[in-house]
Amino acid sequence: MKQSTTTTPTLTVVDVPDPPAHAAEPAAPVRRPRDILVKLAAGWLILIVLLALFASVLPIPAYDVRIDRPALGPSLDLARLLGTDALGRSTLSRLIYGARVSLAVGFVSVLIGMVIGGTLGLLAGYLRGVFEKIANILTDSLLAYPPLVLLLALTSTMGSSLRSLVISLGLLAVPTFTRLARANTMAFAQREFVTASRALGGRRLRIVFREILPNVVFPVASYAFVMAAVLIVAEGSLSFLGLGIPPPSPSWGGMIAAAKDRLATQPQLVFIPAAAMFLTIFALNVVGDRARRRFDVRESAL
Amino acid sequence: MGRRLRSRLLHIVPVLLLVTFGSMLLVDLTPGDPAATILGESATPEQIDALRRQLGLDRPLLVRYWEWLGNIAHGDFGRSIRSQQPVLDAIVERVPVTLELAVLALIMAFAVVIPLALYTAYRAGGRADRTANVVTSALVSMPPFLTALLLVFLFALTLRAFPATGWVRLLDDPLGNLRSAFLPALALALTEIAVMTRVLRSDLIATLQEDYILSAKAKGLPTWYVLLRHALRPSSFSLVTLAGLSLGRLIGGAVIVETLFALPGLGQLLVNATLAKDAVVVQGVVIFVALVYVALNVLTDFFYTILDPRTRVTGA
Repeated sequence: MKQSTTTTPTLTVVDVPDPPAHAAEPAAPVRRPRDILVKLAAGWLILIVLLALFASVLPIPAYDVRIDRPALGPSLDLARLLGTDALGRSTLSRLIYGARVSLAVGFVSVLIGMVIGGTLGLLAGYLRGVFEKIANILTDSLLAYPPLVLLLALTSTMGSSLRSLVISLGLLAVPTFTRLARANTMAFAQREFVTASRALGGRRLRIVFREILPNVVFPVASYAFVMAAVLIVAEGSLSFLGLGIPPPSPSWGGMIAAAKDRLATQPQLVFIPAAAMFLTIFALNVVGDRARRRFDVRESAL
Repeated sequence: MGRRLRSRLLHIVPVLLLVTFGSMLLVDLTPGDPAATILGESATPEQIDALRRQLGLDRPLLVRYWEWLGNIAHGDFGRSIRSQQPVLDAIVERVPVTLELAVLALIMAFAVVIPLALYTAYRAGGRADRTANVVTSALVSMPPFLTALLLVFLFALTLRAFPATGWVRLLDDPLGNLRSAFLPALALALTEIAVMTRVLRSDLIATLQEDYILSAKAKGLPTWYVLLRHALRPSSFSLVTLAGLSLGRLIGGAVIVETLFALPGLGQLLVNATLAKDAVVVQGVVIFVALVYVALNVLTDFFYTILDPRTRVTGA
């Protein structure tokens, strides 16, 4: 990322060249099994996103309508492809509509956390002093809570709806992004182009947002996938405790929680949403690992 | 060490103040009046007002917080608004369960992690290493409640080897206690195993490149001796840090596992108190957990000096 150190970088992050990390591993085999895994993972994520986006135009029954006898096993008909749940509703459509919750949490909450946490971290890492101390105390206070308990308290304060869930989870992501942005900012604040900009009389906020931000955005954003996985787990745990999205709206965690007493008799009701959740988290972790390796400051030949 | 401790304390005091005040504020903001919930639906407004006064809920938030702080300084954690049980008693009653789970989980994790990491690092890139890599990355992606459910399905419902819920106290029946703690501890351990194996393995691979390992091998020392005596100790810094962090996390946050297995631990107490709007209990548990975090951090620092005597001279 050294090449992008012109004195007037634009906020369009497109022209940031690839980090030299690639050049550092010339002996890499042509196509490693890892790459196939990354492609598969990306494919699964795209599939889930498309299904969730177009859930209402797909030829599947509504998620809250009884279509057949309860707890049917899978059959070849599309509505009954994955069977029915304890109330006779289509598991497939509940799974697809439930993906919306996980994805809303994965995207919007991560975005909230990244914007708030990133700004805090940038300012803390560049301004230092009192501002950094206050930011540290705030992030440490948020991290001192067991995350699930903080989530519980927040959602019981704001009431349980998708909006309050997304906001609380976003708040949960703030301290991590603050720390990430702060560490990355501190690494860049020592570089020559920042000194140059300061010598040219650049104001502090201009330096932070025009010089440092474009460099910090990618390494911080590469953690977004992993963070999305963490937040989807948190949402699932909350729903599992019965405190997520209120019924009848489906969410994967809620489906698992509703079926957990039938684990002995109809385990598929637990394992179908569990598999969807596991695959999504696994895919996010695989893609996230790849993204992180690409933008890791330590590895990019500093 | 002393200076490090002092600067950490200077940082941790405002954090503790903010955390406890925040938990009081959050519980206070939650809709619903604890006095009304205690008395039930048939209560008259006068009765509710009287109970609010009796519980001290009619006074401003800051006054109540100040009073709570003063009591804490005297070692008085207050009484539960609900059950009138002293909070410290409730905590002391539940700590053994959570602590046993956490320690058991860590022991299980270490028993798997150390041999597995040593072997996969020694044969890095081999078949066992690749298999372990796939398994651990899959385990990392398992939410704790899914791991726990899967274990219940396998061991409790299918094999009927362990009870699915319930807790037998250690003093009542040591063997039964281990049986009832096994599944929840394993559920907690599995995630830790995945993370720790990956970290220890990569640290070990770095250590095994060192010259002194080469010279130890050249002397003709057996492989197991080189691995255990020469490579393991200098590679275990990240492992110790992780273990400290996860012990803190396990003590503070085994909420899901304790709820699923119906174990009377600290996490369950915290969840129930949050749901019941019992601010005094919530604050008590939160400050307890936060103190445990701090203590574990200091302990981890101390452990570094055992692992590597060179770290003792910092601050001089």
